[in-house]
Amino acid sequence: MMNAFSYIYLIPLIPLLTFLFLGFTAKKIKEPLSGYIGTASLTAVFGLSLYTAYKYFFEIGLVNGKYQPVTVMIKQGWIHFTDKLAIDLGVLIDPISVMMLVVVSTISLMVHIYSLGYMHADTGFSRFYAYLSLFSFSMLGLVLSSNLFMIYIFWELVGVSSFLLIGFYFEKPSAVSASKKAFIVTRFADMFFLIGILMIGYFAQSFDFETLNSPATYNTIQGWIAHHQIASFMGLSVFTWALILVYIGGMGKSAMFPLHIWLPDAMEGPTPVSALIHAATMVVAGVFLVARLYPLYFHVQDGYALRVVAVVGAFSALFAAIIALTQEDIKRVLAFSTMSQIGYMMMALGVSGFSGHEGLGYMAGMFHLFTHAMFKALLFLTAGAIIHAVHSNFMKDMGGLNKYLPVSSAVFLIAALAISGIPPFAGFFSKDEILTAAFEYNKFIWLIGFLVAGLTAFYMFRLYFRIFFNKQTHYEHPPHEAPYSMLTAMVFLGLMTIISGFIPFSELVSADRMPFHSAIEWGDPLVIASILMGLTGIGVAYLMYYKETNYPKKVASAMGVWYQWAKHKFYMDELYIFITHKIVFDRISKPIAWFDRNVIDGFMNLLGVTVEKTAERLKVIQTGRMQDYAMYFVSGVIAIVMLIVYFR
Amino acid sequence: MIEGVSLIEIMSLTTILFFIGIYGFLTRTNLIAMLMSLELMVNAEAINFVAINKYLSPNILQGQIFSLFIIALAAAETALALAIILHLYRLTVTVDVKEVEELKY
Repeated sequence: MMNAFSYIYLIPLIPLLTFLFLGFTAKKIKEPLSGYIGTASLTAVFGLSLYTAYKYFFEIGLVNGKYQPVTVMIKQGWIHFTDKLAIDLGVLIDPISVMMLVVVSTISLMVHIYSLGYMHADTGFSRFYAYLSLFSFSMLGLVLSSNLFMIYIFWELVGVSSFLLIGFYFEKPSAVSASKKAFIVTRFADMFFLIGILMIGYFAQSFDFETLNSPATYNTIQGWIAHHQIASFMGLSVFTWALILVYIGGMGKSAMFPLHIWLPDAMEGPTPVSALIHAATMVVAGVFLVARLYPLYFHVQDGYALRVVAVVGAFSALFAAIIALTQEDIKRVLAFSTMSQIGYMMMALGVSGFSGHEGLGYMAGMFHLFTHAMFKALLFLTAGAIIHAVHSNFMKDMGGLNKYLPVSSAVFLIAALAISGIPPFAGFFSKDEILTAAFEYNKFIWLIGFLVAGLTAFYMFRLYFRIFFNKQTHYEHPPHEAPYSMLTAMVFLGLMTIISGFIPFSELVSADRMPFHSAIEWGDPLVIASILMGLTGIGVAYLMYYKETNYPKKVASAMGVWYQWAKHKFYMDELYIFITHKIVFDRISKPIAWFDRNVIDGFMNLLGVTVEKTAERLKVIQTGRMQDYAMYFVSGVIAIVMLIVYFR
Repeated sequence: MIEGVSLIEIMSLTTILFFIGIYGFLTRTNLIAMLMSLELMVNAEAINFVAINKYLSPNILQGQIFSLFIIALAAAETALALAIILHLYRLTVTVDVKEVEELKY
């Protein structure tokens, strides 16, 4: 069993070597060779990932009706804290890590191919591919990590690569500030994550996922909580707090409210990067993290931490969907849509049960992660093709593009239908299962999800109609369809969007790793309601945006201040600036800076000035005349001799 | 032992000689003259060594050997000092210390 996956370390290693090679030779290797090298290495990774998935799911994973986790240990006891507590260096292969391998390598490969065309004639072409390889390495390492500390290391590495790629156009001030913002906000969240990891390590005496997720661990912790043998704070046990802190780390990476502010700005990066990092892979790391520790989340203190996950997820989904209705920049609409969909996944995990069919939410969350990666990456890549054609991010500069960009229009339609939850496209299946799970858990959460489904359909088709139909804009140069490399990636993802809904996900991924059967019941009122909701959203968008009408203006003015609030993203950025500048900087940092500058520095300056003044007085005795020195010397000797004679 | 001459007398002589040297060293500004004053001081010490050796422990020759060393050292030192003075003269066309006071604040 161990040896079957002994090649697995190659999967992160290949992109790492590619990164080092391209990074050191970026000046020498020119376009398109560096792109081909990067794409070739990702093709190898893609092949290995698919092979791993096939082997795990269909050959050796399933033992006695349960998917057994496989750990490939590279180094046992890599770093020792105490005799018991040590960090291993290993690879954990279980259904979700294999699924994530497939997602990451597929999207990454498509983005590599797409960028051959998109980044054509960019001066940073080789640098771009080097960064993409670094990101692929970090993300693959993240999904394969076998313990919390390793995941933390890779967590920071994806943060760095995200920082580098958002700030790729570093001569643009907005890109620089966006990359800083992304890095600082996620780092701020990671601080809580680290505290959570250390607390878990302290109380559970292990960082290893398999040990943490075993019934022995969570039953022990549950026993402590039941007998008040573990400290508690505000009615919650320390361990629940640790899980919430870990989840805050996930909120930072996954752009959950209120730590979402970096995601819209991250759209300053090149569009393929937005597709890869800020839509499909890195931003779902938070979802992956919760799924990774799911048994703990579910069992410790009756899943209190999981309720937090559900509430934050549902709120973020609604919040982001409302903002997405009003944005004008197509990439920002997609960014808020991503945030909303990740909220959906979090909500799905939050409402899930554990064993058998009760684990539907978990399965649906993972399924949605998979399908969302495909169609959201596709949406971003298509947006990239549109931006490539019209050289603008704003919807007002587009319109009537259907006849210029037929392929982009078609794949965009597929992806928009998928995200709106229209069968038979991928999003329908995952979204419907999320809604079913939410309905069983809590009607209010279901209602939020249901509403968000309608809003999603509306804003996606608002985007679609305004870009491809609506008013015919006059273009200086007629927009042309993207080059073949870009179209290849888009069409491939389009196909994935159509077929990935039919994957029997519940047979592969489940909370307790036991396959169960789950199928859409077409007669179920819930299913019909969610399809109708999607169609309603599309229909309203059709009425308002298919032809140029004055409905949007009327609705906007009817909503008045609410529209303005949503358009300004509920002033979250301003709130953050107020808190950081007016409160943290002015009230805390400035007095400290004053103290530092005046008291601490003042004392040091006083010492310096005293020494300088004294030296000024003393220096006149250094005349440079040899005889003066000889005089001092002789006088000194005479004085010492006299003292000795006198005091003897 | 030297008949009719006590150690005090010899040491008075050397002290006078030594302070003549110091006086010369401190007052003369010509480097050659200063060097000569230095030689006077060294010689005063050499005489002291011999005399004290003779009067206090006549059987041991340490003091006399030391004075030989001092003479050798003085010769070496004079050679060195003269070389420096010569070089200084080439640079500044003077052997007066008052003219060369570059190394000061």
